[in-house]
Amino acid sequence: MTDVTFIDHTGEARTVSGTAGMTLMEVAIKHQVPGIDAECGGACSCATCHVYVEPEWMEAVGQPASMEEDMLDFAFDVRPNSRLSCQIKISDALNDLRVHTPARQS
Amino acid sequence: MTEHNEAVIKTDALIIGAGPVGLFAVFELGLLDIKAHLIDILPKIGGQCAELYPEKPIYDIPGFPVVTGQQLVDNLLQQIEPFHPEFHLGEMVVSVARHESEQGVLFHIETDAGTRFEAKTVLVAAGGGSFQPKKPPIPDIDSYENTSVFYAVRQMESLRDHHVLIVGGGDSALDWALNLQSVAARVTLMHRRDEFRAAPHSVAKMRELVAEGKMDLLFGQVTGLEGANGQLTAAKCKGMDQAAFRVPCDRMLPFFGLTMKLGPIAEWGLNLHENLIPVDTEKFETSTPGIFAIGDINTYPGKLKLILSGFHEAALAAQKAHRYIYPDKRLLFQYTTSSTSLQKKLGVNG
Repeated sequence: MTDVTFIDHTGEARTVSGTAGMTLMEVAIKHQVPGIDAECGGACSCATCHVYVEPEWMEAVGQPASMEEDMLDFAFDVRPNSRLSCQIKISDALNDLRVHTPARQS
Repeated sequence: MTEHNEAVIKTDALIIGAGPVGLFAVFELGLLDIKAHLIDILPKIGGQCAELYPEKPIYDIPGFPVVTGQQLVDNLLQQIEPFHPEFHLGEMVVSVARHESEQGVLFHIETDAGTRFEAKTVLVAAGGGSFQPKKPPIPDIDSYENTSVFYAVRQMESLRDHHVLIVGGGDSALDWALNLQSVAARVTLMHRRDEFRAAPHSVAKMRELVAEGKMDLLFGQVTGLEGANGQLTAAKCKGMDQAAFRVPCDRMLPFFGLTMKLGPIAEWGLNLHENLIPVDTEKFETSTPGIFAIGDINTYPGKLKLILSGFHEAALAAQKAHRYIYPDKRLLFQYTTSSTSLQKKLGVNG
């Protein structure tokens, strides 16, 4: 199991776990983590699963692909550490990953 | 009440939502000689399948090991063609009212475009609700909406001689930047990066206009608005380097795509449970007799939000709809494989 922590805009942290291969979005939905809407269900088509990756995790998580960059245009307050959680697959390398969710997805 | 002169469209069934479930409802109703009109807020047919994932493969449609959202929509359109459904696209239903008259119960439905319908039965197949423009979470943006901030352009003339800030990097943003450039006093296009998802020729044209000094292109995001009483005077922005700057403007058009909201469904007098419409599992009828809810918009014990569940719900709702529309006719259960009369309706007999 891989542990990941979602920190909401008020600073409240929720640590949940998923199995390698699941997307970060799926882990959030499975545990009903607030702050992730995921309207399109993971098709990289809605930008409502936007997260900010903590700086020290940026390298391990990697950069968004061009389709994800395009979809981030539909998100708000996009920052250099913005990612769509449906495009991040969790693995042992991402155990203890920390991401922040925005105040609003849409 | 204002008097409307335009003709009211009369139909047996009115289907609200032209996604896969609404489309298949046309088929099930059609086999029972029930004529349907469909309304959808999107300018195209197919609902989420066409809007959110036209190219995404779907693996759980019975009989199709894999089919994309758009293929499924295209196939459904082909399947319902014999029943000549009529579509009213780009319109949102604002009111649904039930009237009891001497001829029985009739529903009066009106859209935001002023189209009016009189239907014997209504099927709500509205999926996740209505697709509506995403609103940027900018403080106080609400107080500028419809005076200075618009999510759609109804009339270009309304923007004549204004300083228009268009925010976004897709086709809507680019198209309106190009269209308004000759009408507005000045158009500024702002996007978070120097890459655009829009049609390449639009992007090329925009860059040409910028090079000629006819419009401005800025990189950044809007963080706040300046102005008073709904009158915008400037947008506070930050660049990707986080540096703050401001853009004087008196109109702003944000184009950040669409999101699903329940919308006016909440005002149709139907019982709701957590933004879903509770129905029974025999007829998929709502708390209002004669109004059915099928597909993702409904809820009942054990509900699964699957397209295939919506198809089943459409078939059963159609059976009950037949009782409302043809109260004196006995409904005979028939198979399309063997029934001559069903095959005639499908145009495949003789």
